[in-house]
Amino acid sequence: MNKQQLEKKSVEYRKKILKYIVKANAGHTGGSLSCTDILNVLYNHALNVSPQTFTSPDRDRYIQSKGHCVEALFVVLADKGFFPEENLETLCQYKSHYIGHPTRKVKGVEQNTGALGHGLPIAVGNAIAAKLDKRDYKVYTLMGDGELPEGSNWEAALTAAHYKLDNLCAIVDKNTLQITAPTAEVCNTDPLDEKWKAFGWAVKEVDGHDVDALKAAFDSLPFEPGKPNVIIAHTVKGKGVSFMENNLKWHHGVPSKDEYALALSELDNSLQQAAI
Amino acid sequence: MAHIEATDPNGFKPNQEIFSEILQALAAKDRDIIAVTSDSRGSGKLVPFGKKFPEQIVEVGIAEQNLVGVAAGLAAAGKKVFAVSPACFLTARALEQIKNDVAYSDNPVTVVGISAGVSYGALGSTHHSLHDFAALRCINNITVVVPADNFETAQATALAATTNSPVYLRFGKRVMNSLKEVNDDTFAFGKGRVITEGNDAAIIACGETVYPAVQAAKLLAEQGINVTVVSMHTIKPLDTDLLAKLAAACQAIVTVEEHSVYGGLGEACASYLMQHGLHKPFRIVGIPDEYTVTGSQQDIFNHYHITKEGIAEVVKGLL
Ligand SMILES: Cc1ncc(C[n+]2csc(CCOP(=O)(O)OP(=O)(O)O)c2C)c(N)n1
Ligand SMILES: [Mg+2]
Repeated sequence: MNKQQLEKKSVEYRKKILKYIVKANAGHTGGSLSCTDILNVLYNHALNVSPQTFTSPDRDRYIQSKGHCVEALFVVLADKGFFPEENLETLCQYKSHYIGHPTRKVKGVEQNTGALGHGLPIAVGNAIAAKLDKRDYKVYTLMGDGELPEGSNWEAALTAAHYKLDNLCAIVDKNTLQITAPTAEVCNTDPLDEKWKAFGWAVKEVDGHDVDALKAAFDSLPFEPGKPNVIIAHTVKGKGVSFMENNLKWHHGVPSKDEYALALSELDNSLQQAAI
Repeated sequence: MAHIEATDPNGFKPNQEIFSEILQALAAKDRDIIAVTSDSRGSGKLVPFGKKFPEQIVEVGIAEQNLVGVAAGLAAAGKKVFAVSPACFLTARALEQIKNDVAYSDNPVTVVGISAGVSYGALGSTHHSLHDFAALRCINNITVVVPADNFETAQATALAATTNSPVYLRFGKRVMNSLKEVNDDTFAFGKGRVITEGNDAAIIACGETVYPAVQAAKLLAEQGINVTVVSMHTIKPLDTDLLAKLAAACQAIVTVEEHSVYGGLGEACASYLMQHGLHKPFRIVGIPDEYTVTGSQQDIFNHYHITKEGIAEVVKGLL
């Protein structure tokens, strides 16, 4: 897909994310909107996976470590045909498999996540298996910036470098916010690039809302042969809806009817502007 | 997740809120009271605590193992520490820190598991804590406390602050009903609280399941069955004196908990009764060993019959 097509997709995705969060009266709004463009470019450009190839041992793996932003993942998986979108009407309801975190009961989901700091170690295991089996697939994992203080991430980072996992790509959704406060005030992880480099990783920083920049980053994998890759994606929490952007309240805020209507009109406007 | 309404218009507050209020009162008088959080102060209702006592809160970021280790170090240096994080992460991921750095090393940390059980019902198993009684029961040197109403929460929080050994406090999110009109009880860890009295059967419950147990007793009373309901707020050490008395006085015993049927309150009671020759018809009501259904906490309670009707049925089945 070209830039314009991808940008149009992102707007559609953001609208649907909000739709189902409103329907469920629950969800992680801000973080789903910050990673929408990343998921869009992953599933519509980078990942070699489809509903038909989902059981193939050669498929690319995507593990969403920041599992709380499941709404973004579910909306994209539905769009890619992994399941009918109407299933999302049951999001978070009694007995629904479409719960507030990714689970393998939903087709397209690779791993059950939700407790932060689990995605990277599992991705490392997947990537080691690919090397052992001499398969070409890549393994991607998306992490939050607030998630990084979990020690398991850095244990896995060491293993990844030790095993020279250049088939592994971690993406940090660096939206600079978590629940309590800005990440820099809760537990500062900056300078982040230097930390990953010190752990033996190849680092690229991109604007996480620039679909062309994201495409280029994924296309240039591996960044350095023999090193695991990390993309530090600079993003805006709540991206696309002015009153949600950079506002802590929207970590798991659910829009009211009026806020939802306003958000939709803003997103529609951005679509029209993109078309001009 | 939809907000959980109090089932009784006289309901008070979520226990987590009472915990925060008491902790603030304690912190105002004692500068050694420290709360340690892991991006969890919002769910722990500790935002006002952080504003009022910025010197008495330590924030470690999303890092629960670190949270408990840091708490142990603070306690070792004489601080009265409350380590607050969702029970699911605290008692699974940081279990080794609880075992070694708190319990084994005897650092008197109060480990506070919030949003426990299936409070985060629709978020799935990663966010459920249905294992914490079992995990902590077999760790030596930690008292395990699950308050059932605001009164017990206030008492337990204040007591934990003056207890010079490790304590686990477990709270849910639900707005709690008060269990008694007048709270003239003396509250002590290890002493069950009798809510209603009757000699036909005993229901021993804890935390958020005590209220449906009391309602079950009401339902049964209408049918001429008189039931003792106990809030067994301390899972360890268990009030075995009370248990022995109940076994002697009642024809059947039912336990109820927001926990796996394995390793929790029910099996603790069963173990004592069995080993002391106190053989009464006995059932454990809790979450079975299966892929846990999701939905609101109430949906999950309904699904597993942790309701007044469900509990009453189980009691009747034993009589
Ligand atoms: C182990 C663990 N601890 C705590 C939480 C609760 N939690 C869910 S989201 C979140 C904040 C995440 O912040 P960040 O990683 O920056 O995500 P984003 O900003 O992308 O939403 C927290 C503390 C969790 N899900 N897992
Ligand atoms: Mg963030």
